[in-house]
Amino acid sequence: MFKKILFSLLVLAMLMGCQPAVPAVPYDGVIKIGNVAPMTGDIPKVGEDGDNGVKLALDEIGYELKVGEHTYKIEYLLEDNESKAESAVTAGTKLIMEDKVLALIGSYASKQAIPLGEVADRYTTPDISPWSTNPRTTKDRPYVFRACFLDDFQGFMGAKYVQDYFKLNKVAVLYDVASDYPKGLAEFFKKSCEDLGLEVVAFETFTTKDRDFSSQLTKIIESGAEIIYTPQYYDEVPLIVKQARDLGWEKPIFGSDSWAGGDLASLCGDDCVGCRFTTHYAMVGTKGKTKEFIDKFEDTYGYVPSDVGALAYDAAQILFKAIENTGDLTGELEKDHEAIKDELAKIEEWEGTTGKMSFTPEGDPIKCAVIVEYNQDHELEFVDWACP
Amino acid sequence: MTLTGFFQYFVNALQWGSFYALIAIGYTMVYGVLMLFNFAHGDIFMVGSYIGLFISGALLAISIGGLVPMPSWLVLILTIVFTMLGTSIVGILIERVAYRPLRNAPRASAAVTGLMIGLLMETANLFALGAERRKFPVLIQTTVYKVEGVSITNTKIIIVGVSLMLMYILHLLVRRTKWGMAMRAMAYDFAVVPLMGISINFIASATFALSSCMAAVASVLFCTAYPILEPYMGILIGWKAFIAAILGGRGSIIGAMFGGYLLGFIEIFVAAIFPSTLRDLIAYSITIAILAFRPHGFFGEPYSAQLKL
Repeated sequence: MFKKILFSLLVLAMLMGCQPAVPAVPYDGVIKIGNVAPMTGDIPKVGEDGDNGVKLALDEIGYELKVGEHTYKIEYLLEDNESKAESAVTAGTKLIMEDKVLALIGSYASKQAIPLGEVADRYTTPDISPWSTNPRTTKDRPYVFRACFLDDFQGFMGAKYVQDYFKLNKVAVLYDVASDYPKGLAEFFKKSCEDLGLEVVAFETFTTKDRDFSSQLTKIIESGAEIIYTPQYYDEVPLIVKQARDLGWEKPIFGSDSWAGGDLASLCGDDCVGCRFTTHYAMVGTKGKTKEFIDKFEDTYGYVPSDVGALAYDAAQILFKAIENTGDLTGELEKDHEAIKDELAKIEEWEGTTGKMSFTPEGDPIKCAVIVEYNQDHELEFVDWACP
Repeated sequence: MTLTGFFQYFVNALQWGSFYALIAIGYTMVYGVLMLFNFAHGDIFMVGSYIGLFISGALLAISIGGLVPMPSWLVLILTIVFTMLGTSIVGILIERVAYRPLRNAPRASAAVTGLMIGLLMETANLFALGAERRKFPVLIQTTVYKVEGVSITNTKIIIVGVSLMLMYILHLLVRRTKWGMAMRAMAYDFAVVPLMGISINFIASATFALSSCMAAVASVLFCTAYPILEPYMGILIGWKAFIAAILGGRGSIIGAMFGGYLLGFIEIFVAAIFPSTLRDLIAYSITIAILAFRPHGFFGEPYSAQLKL
């Protein structure tokens, strides 16, 4: 018995001693970047824009990155999170464990970004989310970063805009209580309103996949509200706005960055004209780096990108810069993960297509918000900056 | 709740209940005649919406293109008619392919087949048309009428009107025509019907066709009120309409209508009175309580399944 154990231990030691030789070029010259996006499910346009944004950034560098002495080819792996939290976890785990990616981009909606961030942090893989604004995505997670502003900032800027621009006092909120992003943002907005002295007269909810909001909207109208704030996604906003107008609501409807991630223009129509929302960037009426990016994107893919595209592009570029800044890849995945994570944390200022941003120690950027209006031509037009 | 508010909720509930009623009638008819719960019915509703989308798109293209100019109400009527036709074909196909071979099988197998066909339709749609949300074209220009502070749109009036009209037409069909009598006979006594010289297969197909027609009308009207289409839109409303059919009494058409409106009213008024987050919790607790006192539903028969009116 003892001999058997000793023998197996010896064999084990020998096997462990036989490591595969460290290749001359780390990773055989191919580094893998993963993107976990909602290609199917409730918000497929977000996934498509995210994918295209990252691909554009990759195109620009020719799918190659020079780190230190070696030039690496980049292999881009796209996984569908189906707009579901569980699928985001499965996709992320697959990319980390099986494909052994160097870094992850994603996820997009906070509902998937938060669990994906948990997986990435647990397996010490750097992850940068282009579009998730809920603070929980990066909170207490050294390996998770993001390219967009946060919801506590967005909620605050929204409340401030109601006070400064709309100059209204009685606010109503309608949101999806079953989804992380709308719930989080609605609560930040409510708190900011109360801090600024505005009155939240109605705080109505519905659940994901609900279609009829007539009861909630009727209650809102009865409460005497002067403006409705609804931080919902591009497939729900047309229904909410239409039903509000059908119930005789002619007052303002104000939204958040989720309005823009998709095809609001073709889904909404005349009811949305005049509605405004806070977001990361505008499609119409921009200049400088943003305009350059929009033109390039339109040339390559044939349509004007939403903020998801711009943020995905920025996130990818930030990631590439961080990988470059490591100076050298060692070929040992864990060490390289840590090096990239450190470089991402070191980036202090970055000028992207969505504006200048400076990063906090938490991995969140401080940047201005853009106010966009759904104009007469059904376009999303830049109207104002909202800076901290 | 003010009086104006009450009437506003009432009007909203009438519209919302119409959808449940129309779809619940589909469930109940198939159950009454064929002793089978067609769990693919919610997805037939979804398919109807997409058929309606394409037909209305085509009709509008013809109309606006100048080939045959049509007023918008005519486009709506034609859309409903052609969608009913298209969806009945889908319904008949489902009966042929999925349910007919299982006519003598245990009821559980038939029910599961329904679920699988439903899944098949959802994924086929996802595969064929992609995950993009589609917008249903505007067929009726919305005008908002304010009556004593209550907002009523012409769309609401049309939806409730057309629903009630269709339910009445169905009533006439089942009560006054020979085939309607054949359906009622089949609901009463399945085995005797062929002895009377009526083909069970024909009646089965006709029942599915009628049930799909009701779903088609519901889908076109639904898309007029909520114009965003997606492959999984039939699931939630299908299940709730099923609950409405059971509430009203399975096998009873008037029960389904009553159950549909009742469920619509419960959902709308519960959200109006209680905090909206608790809506589904309270609404379905009420439903469970109702069933606890009347397990066969309001118009259901405890001893035999009859297609009653």
